[in-house]
Amino acid sequence: MTTLNSKIPEGPISEKWSNHKAEIKVVSPANKRKLEVIVIGTGLAGASAAASLSELGYNVKAFCYQDSPRRAHSIAAQGGINAAKNYQNDNDSVYRLFYDTIKGGDYRSREANVHRLAEVSPNIIDQCVAQGVPFAREYGGLLSNRSFGGVLVSRTFYARGQTGQQLLLGAYSALNRQIAEGGVKMYTRHEMIDLVTIEGKARGIIARDLVTGEIKRFGAHAVVIASGGYGNVFFLSTNAMGSNASASWVCYKKGAFFANPCYAQIHPTCIPVHGSQQSKLTLMSESLRNDGRVWAPKNLEDAEKLRKGIIGPNDISDDDRDFYLERRYPSYGNLVPRDVASRAAKERCDAGFGVNSEGKAVYLDFKYAIERLGKGTIEKRYGNLFQMYEKITDTDPYKEPMQIYPAIHYTMGGTWVDYNLMTTIPGLYAIGEANFSDHGANRLGASALMQGLADGYFVLPYTIGDYLAGEIMVPKIDTNKPEFIEAEKAVITRLNTLFNIKGKTPVDHFHKKLGQIMWDYVGMARNAEGLTHAIKEIQALRAEFYTDLLVPGELKNVNPELEKAGRVADFIELGELFARDALNRNESCGGHFREESSTDEGEAKRDDENFAYVAAWEFKGVDTEPALHKEALTFETIHLTQRSYK
Amino acid sequence: MSNFLSGSIGRKVFMSLTGLFLISFITIHLTLNLFLIFDDSGLMFNHAAHFMATNPMIKIMEPLLALGFIIHIVWAGWITLDNIRARPQGYASGDNLLKWWAPSKNMFILGSMILVFLVLHLFNFWVKMKFTGDPLLSKATGEAGEMDNAYALVSNLFINFPLYDLIYIIGGILVGLHMSHGFWSAFQTIGLNNAQWTSRLKFLANLLGILFAVGFSAIPIYFLLKF
Amino acid sequence: MADKILNKIYVKVWRQNNPTSKGKFETYSLENISQGNSFLEMMDILNDQLIQAGKDPVAFDHDCREGICGSCSLYINGHAHGPDTMVTTCQLHMRKFNEGQTITIEPWRVGAFPVIKDVMVDRTAFEKIQQAGGFISVNTGGVPDGNTLPISQDDAEEAMDAAACIGCGACAATCKNSSAMLFLAAKVSQFAKLPQGQVEAKRRAKSMYAKMDELGFGGCSNTGACELACPKSISISHIARLNREYLKAKISD
Repeated sequence: MTTLNSKIPEGPISEKWSNHKAEIKVVSPANKRKLEVIVIGTGLAGASAAASLSELGYNVKAFCYQDSPRRAHSIAAQGGINAAKNYQNDNDSVYRLFYDTIKGGDYRSREANVHRLAEVSPNIIDQCVAQGVPFAREYGGLLSNRSFGGVLVSRTFYARGQTGQQLLLGAYSALNRQIAEGGVKMYTRHEMIDLVTIEGKARGIIARDLVTGEIKRFGAHAVVIASGGYGNVFFLSTNAMGSNASASWVCYKKGAFFANPCYAQIHPTCIPVHGSQQSKLTLMSESLRNDGRVWAPKNLEDAEKLRKGIIGPNDISDDDRDFYLERRYPSYGNLVPRDVASRAAKERCDAGFGVNSEGKAVYLDFKYAIERLGKGTIEKRYGNLFQMYEKITDTDPYKEPMQIYPAIHYTMGGTWVDYNLMTTIPGLYAIGEANFSDHGANRLGASALMQGLADGYFVLPYTIGDYLAGEIMVPKIDTNKPEFIEAEKAVITRLNTLFNIKGKTPVDHFHKKLGQIMWDYVGMARNAEGLTHAIKEIQALRAEFYTDLLVPGELKNVNPELEKAGRVADFIELGELFARDALNRNESCGGHFREESSTDEGEAKRDDENFAYVAAWEFKGVDTEPALHKEALTFETIHLTQRSYK
Repeated sequence: MSNFLSGSIGRKVFMSLTGLFLISFITIHLTLNLFLIFDDSGLMFNHAAHFMATNPMIKIMEPLLALGFIIHIVWAGWITLDNIRARPQGYASGDNLLKWWAPSKNMFILGSMILVFLVLHLFNFWVKMKFTGDPLLSKATGEAGEMDNAYALVSNLFINFPLYDLIYIIGGILVGLHMSHGFWSAFQTIGLNNAQWTSRLKFLANLLGILFAVGFSAIPIYFLLKF
Repeated sequence: MADKILNKIYVKVWRQNNPTSKGKFETYSLENISQGNSFLEMMDILNDQLIQAGKDPVAFDHDCREGICGSCSLYINGHAHGPDTMVTTCQLHMRKFNEGQTITIEPWRVGAFPVIKDVMVDRTAFEKIQQAGGFISVNTGGVPDGNTLPISQDDAEEAMDAAACIGCGACAATCKNSSAMLFLAAKVSQFAKLPQGQVEAKRRAKSMYAKMDELGFGGCSNTGACELACPKSISISHIARLNREYLKAKISD
């Protein structure tokens, strides 16, 4: 049995990373040229890693399922990126960012990783500025900052409401430079469908060319998974349609442990669901909570009238508005962390104060900010978000408050990695949202971009050398080895299986059903009974999937339905593990809320005595229960306290 | 520099520079033509025509002007051909974004029509004045000297052949339309434009277009109405 | 927000099995489409209907469905991204269509974007333009502090205006010449407005532009259609800046 070794370096927290860097091995330039690395995914983590590794001299093969690396879903991140620059002179520091992130994550992340993240955060901003990322600036020409949820300082750098886009385009430009120079071979419209291990080490992948349907083998000395999170297990989420967990999932099935799957972030400010045919949810940036005030009506009668459309939000006087976040959490107000804001919105709606026809929406109101700052300022800050809102809902948020409701947004859980970001399979790395390490049970706003780029630019390029230094004698990986041939065969068999079920139901129907089970029982509030029920339902759904799925088209052609079928097959299995993990964790922490574990005021109650650990799951077969491995979380620097934003 | 000459921006630079040159020519041309309206005796116009035919500076400019026209026309064909090649298959639902008559979309068509008009126009006047001669040209000018009576040639055409009036009105409008895009577009192509100036240049281009269309059409209309 | 239901609409869509096969239009009818649905949700419904009827669904590019990834690329009723302004296809909603209407859907018709299948096209040409110089040549690490070079707010804002490009290709699709000038200008102009971009400005302008020409995009006729079709409203004044950058670079050759 593999035991978890997180390889946290010795020494005081602030010296761990420097000590570690001093100790790990380095590969000589001449040897780097002989080594190959595969990077799966070209979002912030993948693109920055691929570019940086290539700059160092490694031969990189990068893969994305989209037609361009620029389309990875990091592009959709809106609000900003955190960095401990203290440009605002508001007493920010590496320690404060570290502390906020640990606290925001409800004390379920690994201290050493988080401190390293905070340490490298300022470098990210410098790097991006050098790449030509047009961050917002003050009149004096210096970088501008805004505030985000869960913190008391202004440390978020932004480029309008398109920060993720600009940072990704920065990384994409670095990647393009390497593609042009030949250091990176880019494979667009290619999807990884299996990991190849030789003698226990990751040595390559099997990918499907999404245009020709051809199955291809690719070898490398190391494989990096940067394929993002698994939020789409809920079907409706803020993830892109194609966002999937399959790369991580095949690694799990090949022996990489999967950690904390139940930690999913529910974002409080999404545009509410409008009907049964909705395909995805759109996020309204957290930055809006800087200037918007969240409220629900005070009186049930008003809520009733709003739901029926008899009155509009502007008919309700200020006295009849319940600014419930400001009421419940006076010190953080509208800027409480996402999990807290989401649960508060759900609490209001469950109590009958929801304002749209389904009763599942509250208001985010800019009336007060417009009165205070003028429409022009608000337009400058959030213009593109307001426009997006209007296009989708056909209502003008300058005149009427936005309707918002929580939705699945980000997954903190993911492939288990050690301090070097290596999984339990030697030579296999996981970075960005795909790994589990930095955000604990809840991620703070504007930290995903920070983590993706930290991993890709400043962590992996160092730590991967430690492993690859031992691989310099390994010749170019021969993809005609039996392990590759076998893996390829298995992939073809699996695709044929999916294709030949020839049932009656298109894959989306299964995905929607899975999403419904997840949302109902494994959503914002969970309990043992519901989770047990969910596991059974998911298993039943899996059986149905393999008897009734209908995949049209051809195997050897563009076939989006076949792609989805593979992804949904994995999501069904992942959903089960998700529920199992949630069932195991009988405490409330961050985004994971167990009804059995709450305070009298309905706030989440952690159980540090029994659950201060990372739950890392080992695959034992599709129909066998996975094995649980625990990585104890020890806090040397920060004292565990019950989180409070009051 | 070879790729500059054959590149899409380089070729457009030729179009805009020759275009601006032609605009300056046509401005002088229109100014002189308007003498037709302001002096019924034709003296002013004849003087102007005479000046244009004899001034050494103009003599130098004449081949340059011809060259300008030729480059503008040949390059237009070259560019248009390449632009058509860039879209081997068109849209069944067409283009509903810009109006079908938008000058910017139809510069080559407008230009071709202007070219046809130009040939006709040259045969109407320039060939006669320069090479073949015409009895009307030797009609007494009312003043001593050996000036050709260009006024007689022009007024005869516009008074006696209403079809030509129509053709010349259309010609004037075509030139106006062509210029309403060409003028600002020339500045855009050589990079002398920015966000603030786009609307100003477009306004100037439209104004110029209208002035030219009205100015040129005014001449045949004047002769039609007056005589 | 009670949305009206369209009882019946017709969708006339380009079907082409692979890059070499000859395509043709097929017309399908759809019933009970809520006007609150996005256009791509309507496409989902159509595909579901096709699959259940044993037919091949329509292949189209889409991913984020919030107007930022630039994947979606449909030419609808004579408009790139359909009859709404400042939207991508995924942000287009069915409230822009009427009862009984026939909606014609075509792929981007750009010579440099060959059709892969149905209304899905290959925009690799855009990648090649970016790879030709759409970057500032700095390696990871060793860069100065972010506040070392002050950049005026106006310049940063204008750079951001250009940088907003999502690379969807609507500009080339709508341009009568299939020109990629707005796409190219967005990148060149973004860097031209920033001090970091000055160092290799000449090289960038020349090489990206040469690549665009080489790939078979047409030239710019300054019709301005691209900025109208652009979901991010990127102004053609950036094209003027590109021309200026290019000419400056050429003159100093």
